[in-house]
Amino acid sequence: MKAVTANLLADGRVVYLGVGDGFVERLRDAARFEDAAAKDALARTLARGAEIAGAYLIDVAEDGAPAGREAWKESIRNAGPTVRPDLGKQAAPDGGATSVGER
Amino acid sequence: MYRYDEFDAAIVRDRVAQFKGQVARRLSGELTEDQFKPLRLMNGLYLQLHAYMLRVAIPYGVLSSRQLRRLARIARTYDKGYGHITTRQNIQFNWPSLVDAPKILDELAEVEMHAIQTSGNCIRNVTTDQYAGAAADEIEDPRVWCEVIRQWSTFHPEFSFLPRKFKIAVTAAATDRAAVRVHDIGLRLHERDGEAGFEVLVGGGLGRTPHIGAVVRDFLPKEHLLSYLEAILRVYNLEGRRDNKYKARIKILVNALGVEAFREKVEAEWATLRRDAVDLPPEEVDRINAYFAPPAFEALAAEDLADEDGDVARFAEANAAFRAWRDANTAAHKAPGYRIVNVSLKDPDIPPGDITDAQMEVVADLAERFSFDEARATHEQNLVLPHVRLRDLPDVWRALDAAGLATPNIEKASDIIACPGLDYCSLANARSIPLAQRIGSDLAAHGDEQDIGDLKIKISGCINACGHHHVGHIGILGVDKKGEEFYQILLGGSASDDASLAAIQGRALSADETVAAVRRLIDLYKERRAAPEERFLDAFRRLGDAPFKEAIYGVH
Repeated sequence: MKAVTANLLADGRVVYLGVGDGFVERLRDAARFEDAAAKDALARTLARGAEIAGAYLIDVAEDGAPAGREAWKESIRNAGPTVRPDLGKQAAPDGGATSVGER
Repeated sequence: MYRYDEFDAAIVRDRVAQFKGQVARRLSGELTEDQFKPLRLMNGLYLQLHAYMLRVAIPYGVLSSRQLRRLARIARTYDKGYGHITTRQNIQFNWPSLVDAPKILDELAEVEMHAIQTSGNCIRNVTTDQYAGAAADEIEDPRVWCEVIRQWSTFHPEFSFLPRKFKIAVTAAATDRAAVRVHDIGLRLHERDGEAGFEVLVGGGLGRTPHIGAVVRDFLPKEHLLSYLEAILRVYNLEGRRDNKYKARIKILVNALGVEAFREKVEAEWATLRRDAVDLPPEEVDRINAYFAPPAFEALAAEDLADEDGDVARFAEANAAFRAWRDANTAAHKAPGYRIVNVSLKDPDIPPGDITDAQMEVVADLAERFSFDEARATHEQNLVLPHVRLRDLPDVWRALDAAGLATPNIEKASDIIACPGLDYCSLANARSIPLAQRIGSDLAAHGDEQDIGDLKIKISGCINACGHHHVGHIGILGVDKKGEEFYQILLGGSASDDASLAAIQGRALSADETVAAVRRLIDLYKERRAAPEERFLDAFRRLGDAPFKEAIYGVH
């Protein structure tokens, strides 16, 4: 499975393409695609160049967690720096993205 | 320190206005990201793992208290309350928005700062000895020549699109604290027959293909510095590879041609240059030199001149923490009764090189009160108060200690250079900061750092080597193995006068194994050193790598 991730143009924030093509902040809320549909979703996202600074596909598991070779990197990107749990989405009052923690 | 003249002020102001327009056009959709990206990079604005990152130039690492306070304000207002000192004596902010970037540049311009040429294939911020103008062992102040190079290289039309980025470092001291041998051009000011001139080294560098720079000219009269640099840059600009970014640095060209052939090309180019059109007239050098006139050091009373006398010595006698800090974090000053104070940004609980807005203001206050309004950023990711009276050391220590800035570890094992690594960098393969922190904590737990002495550990999260692992006495390189973080250990590197490249010792280890292996290396060194004064690096060179490899991997 794949998800589309991007950085918002105005502030660089990491976001994901959600169901209905809105952007969501949490990877767990991202839309998940099979390969062919993922390419279409990425193309739709890249066409929104006035909103984002770039986008690419990432591998995700059935439960929405990062998967594949880049899983660790994408976990950190989704949560925030492991050395600063007070920063990034992991620091959000609502619990934000799940902290990637130690490993 | 140097102050902007009308030209400096105008070009920085114009650049801010230009970038403001470019940002507006990007936000309106008039510019695509492909069109905008090279423009933002020319203004130091990267897109990193979590957000934008703005790299601000600190020319040759010199800061006034006013500038430091402004950096604190920027960290607090536009970022998340901290900045990160880099190995080019710059500062990075990890969380600015694109919308705020022009405002930040406006604020920087008000205090004579900018982010120009902190990215891109151009001549980057010139670095130098962090003790410049204060060091007891320098023959003259190298910042004069750094400033000359800064003015020459800023917006130099011929060198704005080089094959690759270009880094120059200058030293004028007997001890090289500026790592000149691992720069694209290293300049070492030295004396011959009573006259000062430059030894010119070319083709040093780290990254995926590390090289020690070669001497292209052993003595260049100072007045010809710019024309000779221009000749080197011309040869590189014409003959450096542009087909492969990994082979585009000048070190590849020097190595491919051989240093003799490269030297011949430079000398031939130099012979055709109109030197009088490039080299600065003596009166212009004098004008710049005047900005770096030594501050008005006091003629101090006898009891203030020596460590062994007076109130400071008595305070040190009674206070072990102060004594450890004084011994580790202060250095000899050229003016009697003064010391150079290092401000450690290497508390093991904090990412190496990170400094909060409040800490910046503490250092700014201390610079203003005790150091002729000057601070420095170092390439080893610390700060320096260059001119502190010996008798003021207790007050400075108390203030630094209260702010968490007095860890007594300068040039010790926990004074680790570490790149941002996978916690922040989109290029990294592995995290660097947590490993540095764990090694620092291990040293603190063993309490043997002062006994170990001079041991340089440098950690990079990928092969680009921003953490200078090739020149660590112990270098650590993060690698990715099927999505897992592992670390290779290298031994025997140095970036100083005895420059050498560290060698990989064997298979990569997990983070846990790496921390344990570093401890075993330290224990081996303590056991086998010839005398307490023998450094880790010297013991390694004397004993060879076999026992050290065995310490890392065990006997097989």
